[in-house]
Amino acid sequence: MSETHTSLTPVTLRQTDEGRFRRALHSLIHGRVLLYLALAVIALIYILPFVIQIATSFKSDADAAANPVSLIPEVWTTAAYRRLFLNSDFPVWFKNSVIVTLVVTAGRVFFDSMAGYALSRLRFPGRNLIFTLLVAVMSVPMVVLLIPKFLIIKTLGIYDSYLGMILPLLIDASGVFIMKNFFESIPRSVEEQAMIDRAGTFRIFWSIVLPMARPALVTITILSFQGSWNELSHFIVSTQSPALTTLTKGVASLASGQLSAGSQYPIKLAAAAVMTIPVAVLFFAFQKRIMNTSEGSVKE
Amino acid sequence: MDVTGTQSHGATRIKHGNERLSGWLFCMPMLVILGVFLVIPITMALWVSFSDWSGRGSPFSSHVNFAGFSNYAAVLTKPGLAQSDFGTAIRNNAWYTLLVVPLQTLLSLLLAVMLNRRILKARGFFRTAFYFPSVTSSVAITVLWMFLFGASGSINAMLSWVGINGPNWFNDPRGLIQILLGSIGISKGPSVLTQHGLLGLSWWEWLAGPSVAMFAIMLMVIFTTSGTFMLMFIAALQSIGEGTEEAAIMDGTNAWQRLWHITVPQLKPTIFTVVTLGIIGTWQVFDQIYTGTKGGPSKTTLTPAYLSYSAAFDNQEWGQGAAISFVLFVIIIVMTWIQRQLMKDRKMSRRKTAYYAAMKAETLASAQSASGLGTGQGSARSTSTGDAEHV
Repeated sequence: MSETHTSLTPVTLRQTDEGRFRRALHSLIHGRVLLYLALAVIALIYILPFVIQIATSFKSDADAAANPVSLIPEVWTTAAYRRLFLNSDFPVWFKNSVIVTLVVTAGRVFFDSMAGYALSRLRFPGRNLIFTLLVAVMSVPMVVLLIPKFLIIKTLGIYDSYLGMILPLLIDASGVFIMKNFFESIPRSVEEQAMIDRAGTFRIFWSIVLPMARPALVTITILSFQGSWNELSHFIVSTQSPALTTLTKGVASLASGQLSAGSQYPIKLAAAAVMTIPVAVLFFAFQKRIMNTSEGSVKE
Repeated sequence: MDVTGTQSHGATRIKHGNERLSGWLFCMPMLVILGVFLVIPITMALWVSFSDWSGRGSPFSSHVNFAGFSNYAAVLTKPGLAQSDFGTAIRNNAWYTLLVVPLQTLLSLLLAVMLNRRILKARGFFRTAFYFPSVTSSVAITVLWMFLFGASGSINAMLSWVGINGPNWFNDPRGLIQILLGSIGISKGPSVLTQHGLLGLSWWEWLAGPSVAMFAIMLMVIFTTSGTFMLMFIAALQSIGEGTEEAAIMDGTNAWQRLWHITVPQLKPTIFTVVTLGIIGTWQVFDQIYTGTKGGPSKTTLTPAYLSYSAAFDNQEWGQGAAISFVLFVIIIVMTWIQRQLMKDRKMSRRKTAYYAAMKAETLASAQSASGLGTGQGSARSTSTGDAEHV
């Protein structure tokens, strides 16, 4: 330790500076050990619940109740998963979540970028008004909209239908914002070239502007997918038939419903684990993009 | 030259006529969806909150009457179950916000500061670990939490290793402050607190603190939100850069001093954002309550958002449910306004300003001297980054 210490200390340092440097370096090394220790403990706290979840989903009911901490099941069993996929509505929930998520994500990406493009690039009367309204809309807390959404869906006669589940989710104000900001950051010259060629606005948007917006498109695709896959409250107020239950609603009913507390944990945890997989896959596939979006200037 | 000039002029003119139409056409899907599923329904719900609609038929049919402020009165001023339920929900959520917002802000700040150290290896791993809970659904996490915090769940099993007999978390309605007071022998409040109250709850009940069940939910929410806010802090820290901090290290200040006197003041705008988002988010807890406790035990996890839902959908009190959601809307606006006033750049005391200025000058000076020497850590590090870039 002291060797590295001296070799790092430049000869030119004056006595007082050296003392300072020594102290600083010492606290740095000391701090580093503490830092790793703290981070390791916190990381364990963050990861352990998920490990316990997966381990428990492969246990028997009795094993799960008796050994809630052990990470290795007494007997490995896939009973929970088999029951989930073969003897429950789980496949239906999964199918509904997939349908709704795919349509909502595609719709959001398309409509958000169209609106974002218009608000950033096209000059038309009423643009500022629309923008002001959008800002106002973003400030409305979503949970306040439960009853209003139910009322309109009932009134329009689309209660308990895919239409009622999907339509209201097709626009995401924050997605419009992201696209608008992105379009403002790219140079105008390319579009101007296309205008000279007398291409229509939609063609310019579709075949020139959108391909350039790939980074922003990936961002809102991820956000939309995650948002609609994890959406719960909207499906509670827009459907009631079991055939239209999504994963969030179905698993929530598993958690609090018919099954008595303390029992059947493997199947509940298995259901929760399976519903996490698509988002987890997306997360790990795009983690660089998700977590580095604002880190551009820093190289590691 | 001349030819392209006129051409582009012509094109701009054509486009200009086009733009008016296409501008509106491009915004149309957004306008229709937000109008139909947001603006119109809010107006409808506003009517419902002033009506006696019972959920049958259309709220606009002739059988439905204008009820004035009676729904609001039932919730806010008229003594009864509706009022005390609302009071309980506000009490629960106020405690929840009061504890969750500071804790999640502090934790995410701490995680970000730790991860922002340049010396740190495996930064990506830690960041992934801390952020992962944020991407999972609140339903899945709630299911997991109910297992972990079950009466014979993982947490209680671990507590028993150190001889602690853990509570039956999600079935324990005792308030934390009441438990604390009970442990020093105070089990009944003074009559000043028990005789008077607000919204159908006595002050003693207001001061009970969050229940054990609510506390478990609070831990869960902090677990899932800290990652998102951590990323915001990391982004902010990276835009600040490490210059001043390195200088302060050279100056022999300890990590704690650096955090409070150098990092935190520079992060003020981000802290403001995180606290604002925190307040808005915590007043909207719904998913976790719906999935987990449904407001129990003894209504101690009831929140205004969930109460608004259950009043309407379970009890068919649509007017009251709508009224609660509008009151909640107002609460959220007022809370964020209060926070804005509190966190506004107040004039620092003169002593503090002077101290801060001196601190700044000193770090600046030592930064210069450190870079002038051009030795040690700084240069070693820059070479290593250079290498990394080549690879």
